Amino acid sequence: MDVMTPSSAAYLIRGARIAGGDAADILIRDGAIAEVGTGIDAAGAATVDAEGLVALPGLVDLHTHLREPGREDAETVAGGARAAAAGGYTAVHAMANTDPVADTAGVVEQVWRLGRESGHCDVRPVGAVTRGLGGVQLAELGAMADSAAGVRVFSDDGTCVSDALLMRRALEYVKAFDGVVAQHAQEPRLTEDAQMNEGVVSDRLGLAGWPSVAEEAVIARDCLLTEHVGSRLHVCHVSTKGSVQILRWAKSRGCNVTAEVTPHHLLLTDDLAESYDPVYKVNPPLRTAEDVHALREGLADGTVDCVATDHAPHPAEAKETEWATAAMGMLGLETALSVAQHTMIDTGLLDWPGLVERMSAAPARIGRLAGHGRPIAPGEPANVTLYDADTASDIDPAALASKSANTPFRGMRLPGRIQATFLRGVPTVLDGKIQ
Amino acid sequence: MRHLLSTGDLSRDEALLVLDTAAELAQVGDRSVKKLPTLRGRTVVNLFYEDSTRTRTSFELAAKRLSADVINFSAKGSSVSKGESLKDTALTLQAMGADSVVVRHNASGAAHRLAEWVDGAVLNAGDGTHEHPTQALLDVFTMRERLGRLDGLRVAIVGDVLHSRVARSNVLLLHTLGAEVTLVAPPTLVPVSVHTWPCSVSYDLDAVLPKSDVVMLLRVQAERMHDAFFPSAREYSRRYGLDAERFARMQDDAIVMHPGPMVRGMEISAEVADSTRTTVNEQVTNGVSVRMAVLYLLLGGS
Repeated sequence: MDVMTPSSAAYLIRGARIAGGDAADILIRDGAIAEVGTGIDAAGAATVDAEGLVALPGLVDLHTHLREPGREDAETVAGGARAAAAGGYTAVHAMANTDPVADTAGVVEQVWRLGRESGHCDVRPVGAVTRGLGGVQLAELGAMADSAAGVRVFSDDGTCVSDALLMRRALEYVKAFDGVVAQHAQEPRLTEDAQMNEGVVSDRLGLAGWPSVAEEAVIARDCLLTEHVGSRLHVCHVSTKGSVQILRWAKSRGCNVTAEVTPHHLLLTDDLAESYDPVYKVNPPLRTAEDVHALREGLADGTVDCVATDHAPHPAEAKETEWATAAMGMLGLETALSVAQHTMIDTGLLDWPGLVERMSAAPARIGRLAGHGRPIAPGEPANVTLYDADTASDIDPAALASKSANTPFRGMRLPGRIQATFLRGVPTVLDGKIQ
Repeated sequence: MRHLLSTGDLSRDEALLVLDTAAELAQVGDRSVKKLPTLRGRTVVNLFYEDSTRTRTSFELAAKRLSADVINFSAKGSSVSKGESLKDTALTLQAMGADSVVVRHNASGAAHRLAEWVDGAVLNAGDGTHEHPTQALLDVFTMRERLGRLDGLRVAIVGDVLHSRVARSNVLLLHTLGAEVTLVAPPTLVPVSVHTWPCSVSYDLDAVLPKSDVVMLLRVQAERMHDAFFPSAREYSRRYGLDAERFARMQDDAIVMHPGPMVRGMEISAEVADSTRTTVNEQVTNGVSVRMAVLYLLLGGS
């Protein structure tokens, strides 16, 4: 890929296969897509040779942990935004479990402002559902919705809003500003001290089990609550076959529920814990091959609406320990598209337009995020990712842009490589390098 | 054999080699000078994150009988209590030239992790609710000594299987050595996937007792009651405790084993605990021989 005049404000992307279709040129000018077609002639525009590359609308993540404020040793908003750009993302939703918790207009505006200053990716804060993620009292959801950050997604992610009455109230309350409650579905009593998926592997390893039912029971309850109060529910990181079945059933009843699956739950299984290496420790835990299969199917048929990374950076010392004391979570932003291609495109379960829906359009829609998840068409914001789907490489933690290195895909050979990312016409990644 | 982390890693031949070596080394304990020069100049570190006087002393004695230098490193009052990570502790021991680390830890998998960080042989002396390989080796050693065989031996393991590293190590080792294991416990105290283990399961002790050559009792911790694994100590004892009446219904030559420490009146009555068919003290004695054998084999003593 050659860029002839990198300082130019206009870019002519030559020969990209838009959402995997026929090759076309894309002219970007003044932050928007000016023209799409073949043989476009644009004097003064920098030319980006994209022959053989797939052009996708900029990816949108509904579930990212950027750690700032509070754990800048693991990640910062600016660093996370760079990692997002490197992964082809133009917008991420920053989860609320920071320190202090993003449960006030002040904190969400701080995160939003840090994202704006970074310039690499739009950062949309998620507001906490309850004060301090305490699960007792609602946070000031309206104030966060009305703030400059314009919060629409509320989540206590990391912990479950397990109190049924409080969950009902949250679901009702967010209707006033078209918000959505993103539930981390985990029945707390069934998962006390839980370390990994409860099953053959946990029983052999002597690690306390996290049973599927602890997720499924909460999803079923919340779908029924959502129907009852006529609100909108999003289910974070669905990880089990049973959860997919319950969601399919709820949607068939007309429940306004959406759901996400992480790249790692689409690919990895719980037997990786046999090494006792906590790089594989995550919440919800890696499940079985049967669950992975059901999740892929659910994502393919639309039962699961989108892929969300649950990108969770941790410093080395939080993972170089015995399993039980290690932190939960894994990196995801920079490998998400590769894992999605590997598990969904290369298997024939989804085509490129289907993947665009699940990694860009649907998450933007669920988050009520204007200007993202839009098709690559004239007049639309120039949020575009150029992806080389025909290459493959071994994942090297040291080569990732994230401040942390806890990728479970370490050493795996995965397809694809992000060649360029444009955020409103400005390249955040060009020639495979972060700008 | 580079480390001993799980009995599942032992082939039948390797396990028998440990038992046979232990039998030879047991004779050292009968001499007036209970010492061999085998591991002279080698350093064995006992790294104990859990209080366990019994196991630590047994390892210490085993190493000393082989003339190794023994360092006891207890988590209390050391750098560990100041917040040092397991990895840093491991690297410290490595730097001190430990040839072998015997580790007891409350986290499952701690021994596996340690084995990645140190060059010396790692000997799992109990990791969380995972495994306790030398306990299983000394148990089968005791069975073989008492009953003369392992193949086809019917072994009942009774009690808190779910949380027991002793049960996990014994199920794997006994299966490798051809014994038939039946786990006996209330359904709350067996793992959900136990049907995939190489053993059978029963909830009825009385049905299993007459068909068992060995009854191994596991300690039942009182705190399990508070977590609602069973309604009361009394009910547990009534349904799963080995009292004189049940003992009388066992086969004449069947033995009773317990890894200790026993809770008399809970899983075992005082009469049974003190019976000559109960092998608790032999198990302790055999523990030293088995641990000598493992250290000898791991450290390639000559």
